[in-house]
Formats: sequence, structure tokens, C-alpha cells
Amino acid sequence: MKHLLNTNDIGRDEAVLILDTASEMANLTDRSVKKLPALRGRTVVNLFFEDSTRTRISFEAAAKRLSADVISFSAKGSSVSKGETLKDTALTLEAMGADAVVIRHSASGAPYRLATSGWIEGSVINAGDGGHQHPTQALLDAYTMRRHLRANTGDLSGLKVMLVGDVLHSRVARSNVALLHTLGAEVTLVSPPTLLPVGVEQWPARVAYSLDEDLEAQDVVMMLRVQRERMNEAYFPSAREYSRRYGLDSERMARLPKDSLVMHPGPMNRGLEIGDMVADSDRSVIVEQVANGVTV
Amino acid sequence: MSGDAKSQSEFVLSEVRPLNSDPVDVVIAAGKIREICAPGTGAARNPIAQVIPGAGQVLLPGLVDLHTHLREPGREDAETVHTGSQAAALGGFTAVHAMANTDPVMDTAGVAIQVWRLGREAGYVDVRPVGAVTVGLEGQRMAELGAMADSAARVRVFSDDGKCVSDPVRMRRALEYVKVFDGVIAQHAQEPRLTEGAQMNEGVISARLGLKGWPSVAEEAIIARDILLAELVDSRLHICHVSTAGSVDIIRRAKQRGIKVTAEVTPHHLLLTDDLAVGYDPVYKVNPPLRTAADVVAVREGLADGTIDIVATDHAPHASEDKDCEWDYAAFGMLGLPTALSVVAQSMVTTQALDWAGVADRLSTSPARIGQVQDQGQPLAVGEPANLAVVDPDQTWVVNAADFPGPSHNSPYNGMKLPAKVTATFFRGRATVIDGELQW
Ligand SMILES: [Zn+2]
Repeated sequence: MKHLLNTNDIGRDEAVLILDTASEMANLTDRSVKKLPALRGRTVVNLFFEDSTRTRISFEAAAKRLSADVISFSAKGSSVSKGETLKDTALTLEAMGADAVVIRHSASGAPYRLATSGWIEGSVINAGDGGHQHPTQALLDAYTMRRHLRANTGDLSGLKVMLVGDVLHSRVARSNVALLHTLGAEVTLVSPPTLLPVGVEQWPARVAYSLDEDLEAQDVVMMLRVQRERMNEAYFPSAREYSRRYGLDSERMARLPKDSLVMHPGPMNRGLEIGDMVADSDRSVIVEQVANGVTV
Repeated sequence: MSGDAKSQSEFVLSEVRPLNSDPVDVVIAAGKIREICAPGTGAARNPIAQVIPGAGQVLLPGLVDLHTHLREPGREDAETVHTGSQAAALGGFTAVHAMANTDPVMDTAGVAIQVWRLGREAGYVDVRPVGAVTVGLEGQRMAELGAMADSAARVRVFSDDGKCVSDPVRMRRALEYVKVFDGVIAQHAQEPRLTEGAQMNEGVISARLGLKGWPSVAEEAIIARDILLAELVDSRLHICHVSTAGSVDIIRRAKQRGIKVTAEVTPHHLLLTDDLAVGYDPVYKVNPPLRTAADVVAVREGLADGTIDIVATDHAPHASEDKDCEWDYAAFGMLGLPTALSVVAQSMVTTQALDWAGVADRLSTSPARIGQVQDQGQPLAVGEPANLAVVDPDQTWVVNAADFPGPSHNSPYNGMKLPAKVTATFFRGRATVIDGELQW
């Protein structure tokens, strides 16, 4: 696998292998071996056109743990300023001899352009592109689910996972649906019709408009971030109505099976898609999700 | 710039097949078709004429494009009237309509005359300016349509193409106003609110790619509205680049009711589909967007049965920096002139949806009629102006966009093998193209 662009490209065995490798890495970390020589002498560039301190730090930490040289560019710095195009930046990276580029970009498909237009030779890892995909997030989510619910081995056959919220604009939803399906999980998308894309009926997932239908049967409920501005575009009437119908509050959480997980890719809108009590409860693995990001 | 070819004025097209009928020799002299005689006899009867061997080749009236972006004035780094005229000649065209979205916008007689003059200086094709409907294409104040119509450029087609005249009151007024000089409003049908930030056809592919969807209804709603307006004021409406099955259906029913609506389809909407976006290569980004296979079937049927009157290229050159970037940031549009006839051959002739007489109608006679272009789209008969295209229907060729004239190379057909090659083009009796090569 030269690039990591899209979870649709990852087969079942490949996905399991990645998760197995991640657990081995985690074991080594636990044994306080902080650095592995896997990428010694390699240069990894983190190219963040869209700000995400958390994701950038995860990738930096991960690459450093694998002994790679890490260079980070971010949109707020001078190097990726407005006016310099993706192509120009890519040509600069190529001149620097980057072996791998981790890219986050607000435009869907930007990692594809980087990987396929011939601008650079190295590997491209998609760290989130627009409303398209976020494959490493999906991998860490799958890792987290497997660790808690499948004893950290094999795939996720039969696991019932509900993704709730703004599916239309969510790259996390797209990458998770594909990967979870590949790993054998049964995915349900819950969203108001306004926040579902036309064409979602072709996805390997069940679609429901109500959060209350099948909550009792879920192993995992993952809340997707909903931007408050969406209500100005009439996707839903008000934050209050949204949280009443699609928010995970304590009452709804009480209906979940005992060992189920509550997840959120972050950053959270407390009080909108997720209640304070829920986010901080012992069911919530949201903080662990972040830590597992480095592992994956 | 005037070489031998430009001054040479007598030709014999030997053994060509007019509209694919029986072979004849066609003699061109003094800018007109002087003689049509038995195959193999033309050279002897016209000893000073240059003989162009045409055995097995189809003779068509010179093609007429109702929808071309020549980019001059304003974006000469992408195309000029000169290079666009060359691309047209290579594609078998003898007339093009230059769209108004230049910089400055073609919303005055002055700009229209400038473009018309540049076309005459280039000398490859008739360049017919299309006037803007509203000042600056801003959809507010009506441009001086009458002044453009009365000018030397004799503008008859008006369009805010690139933008939709979305205000129904202004659209109604424009339709009414052009009745004075028998003009036509060519509408770019795109409901702006339904397409804010839209990137590609809304459907299964856009859902997967996370690109903002462009629903079919954004086109169809405007077409339906404008057809009703055209009926109300009894004026002529032309629909640019029809791309959806629903649009074809609406236009078909309007024509059955006798409403004066005409429509065009682009070559790319006859051949390409939205799944080409999967690699995020902006060469496939176009307005209106590439649609589904079902839409392609529908526009082909519409073109075959006459619901869609013509093929128009929407030739849209873009400088490389406007395409060599992220999909979201790339410009809409693709090159169309040099490949139009071959794409129509591929999608309509090899599928037997149209014969060559049908191609002549859809690419020459009907667009000349809609645009009211004198001396174009005429019958292949003695005494008619010698605006002609010769096509080898059996020659396949591999598109190499780098070979096209002009600085832009944004052809979606690059590397594709296409049937039917334009071998020669004659504009007012002069050879602009012989053996597939520009003559000056
Ligand atoms: Zn247009």
C-alpha cells in the first residue's frame, strides 16, 4: 500500500493487519520503549492546509516514535500561505526529498491530486480531506472498538455501530462506514434527511431518521460533530430542536447496553450533539480515542 | 500571414460524398461552389484548381458553433480570438459564436465590434459575438441589446452564459425586448441558490467523493420557468447545454405545444459521465456538470429525435494554473472545438442514432438558423458560399491536447482514440485546413 487515501481501498485482511500492527506498537509503548527504528532516515512531512492541532500532534508524535525526521507545515505558518498553490508546495516538498506526506486539506480530493498528478514521488497519507475521507480516524476508531469489544483481535463481525449526526458534511462518516463494513460491522446512520447526502442509499449502511428506534441494540454509538452554523442554512430549525432529536443525553445513554461505547471524533459541541454527562461518563472513550490516534 | 493557401482560390474536392451520398467532384472558385460534377471529372474541367483527393470522405457544410468561449478580451493567456479560430477550423467549423463572459464583458456594441473585427483579421471562421443580456452579467440592468443588434457585429444571440438570468422579471423583459430584431435569449439554466458551491452532479458519486452536489432540478426548474415565460410573451428562447434527462423531457413537451424553444447539447454531455470525477482530476470539472449514464442516453435520444436541435461545444479554454489544482478551486470548463465532430461521430453516428445528413443538420444548418448566420449552414449546391468541411469517417485518431492551437490544453479526451477526422475545411472558398493541418 503506497498511499493511504481512502478506506474504500483497504481490504479486510489489510485492515486487520494494520490493527494488529497498531496493537503491537501499543505494547511496545507500554513497555516504555518510546522509539522504534522503523522509519529511521526517512523524512515525513506534515502538510496541514486546515488547522487541526490535535491531528497534527498525533502524526508528529507517531512519526517521531518511528524515528522519522518530521517537518511540519501548517496554514497559519508562512510556508503554506495564501497564494502558494498545492502544486507549488508539492514541488517544494519533492525538492526536499520527502518520503511521505501527511496532508490535511479543506478540499475533498486534495490528497488524490498530490498522489496522482506526478508532483511528488513519495507516499501520501490522507489526514482528512474536506467532506470526503479521514481514513486514519476510521482506523483509530476501529482500533478503539476492537480493543474494547473484540479483545483486540480479528475483525468487527456482527458489531452494531450507529453513526449519528451530520453525515452530509462528514468525512469521518464516509471513512467509517466503508471501513466498518469491510470489517464486518453493521452500520446504521441516524440523521435528519437534510444532513444525508443524495446517494446515501447506495452506501453499505442502514439509514434511520430517528435516534430512538434501535438504541438498545447498539454496541457503539458515535456522535458526529454538527456545526452550529448549519441551522442558519436551514438544515435544522434550532440547536435546541437538534439536540432534542439527535443529541445523546443521559436518558438516551441509559438505554444503551451496559458494555457499549460512546464515541466522538471531536471536537465536541457539548450540549448540541452530546451531553456533558455523556461525554465525561465511564462509557465514553473519547479521550482514549485521541491517545489511540498516535498508536494507529 | 497570407500564404499561398490563403490566396489560393480554386479547389477540386474529388470523389467526396456530400452528406455521405454518392461520390462527386466539387469545384470551389471565387468563394462559392462553382460546379458539382461526375467523380473524377472536376480536375480536367478546372485545370488551375488545386485537387484535394476525397475518396471515401464525407462532405459537410462548414460547422457552426453557437457556444464558444474565446476569452479575448481579458484572458488572452487562455485563448485568443486568433487561436480559438484556429481550433475551430481544425474541428471543421466555419463559424463560431463568441460568448459574452469576457473581461470587459461583451455588454456593449464596442466590445462586440472589437471581437468581430479580431475574428475577421484572423480569417479562419466567422466570429459572431454573443451579447450579454445584463450589464456585466450581473443579472440586473439590461445591456444595450439594440445597439449590439444594430452594430456592424449584427448581434442576434444574447446570453449571460456562465451565469443564469435567474430573476424571472428580467428574463421576461429580455425575452420581450429581443423581439424587435428577432433576437434570441440563450439561457444558461442554473438556479443559483440550488447550486451554491456546487462541484459536480449530485448523486451516488458526489455522495461518495464528498464534493458538493449539483442537482438536476437546478437546471430543470429554470428551463421549465423560461419555457412558460417564452410562451407567455411569444418570444424565442434557446437553452444552452442541456444535460439532464428531465430537461429533455420538459423541452420535448414544450415543443409539442408549439412553444418557440430550441436547445443545444455539448459533445461532452453526449459522451462523458460523472464517475470520471473519482480521481478528482479537474479536467472533468465543467458547468453544467457531467451527469449519469441515464442522462447521456436521454440527451442522445433528444438530439436524435430533434428535441435538442443542435450540438454546441461550450469550448472553454483555461490556463493550466486554473486546472492544475484542487478540484474545489479549479475553473469549470473543457476544450471542445477540435474534437466536437469526432465525439458526435462516436456518440451518435457509430451508434446509428444519426446519419451524416443528421450531423450536418445538428452541427451546421440548425445552429446557423438559430444564430441567424448569413452564408452558413447552406445546402451543398452550386452557387452557395463555399463554407465546407471534409471528414474521413474511417480514420481514427488519438487526441493529443498539446497539439491543439492556443495555450490551453484542458481536453477531457486527451489520449482517447476517436473516430472520424476532419481532413479539410474551407471558409468562404479558402482552405483553412488541408490534410488535417492549418494552412497558415
Ligand atoms: Zn453555460
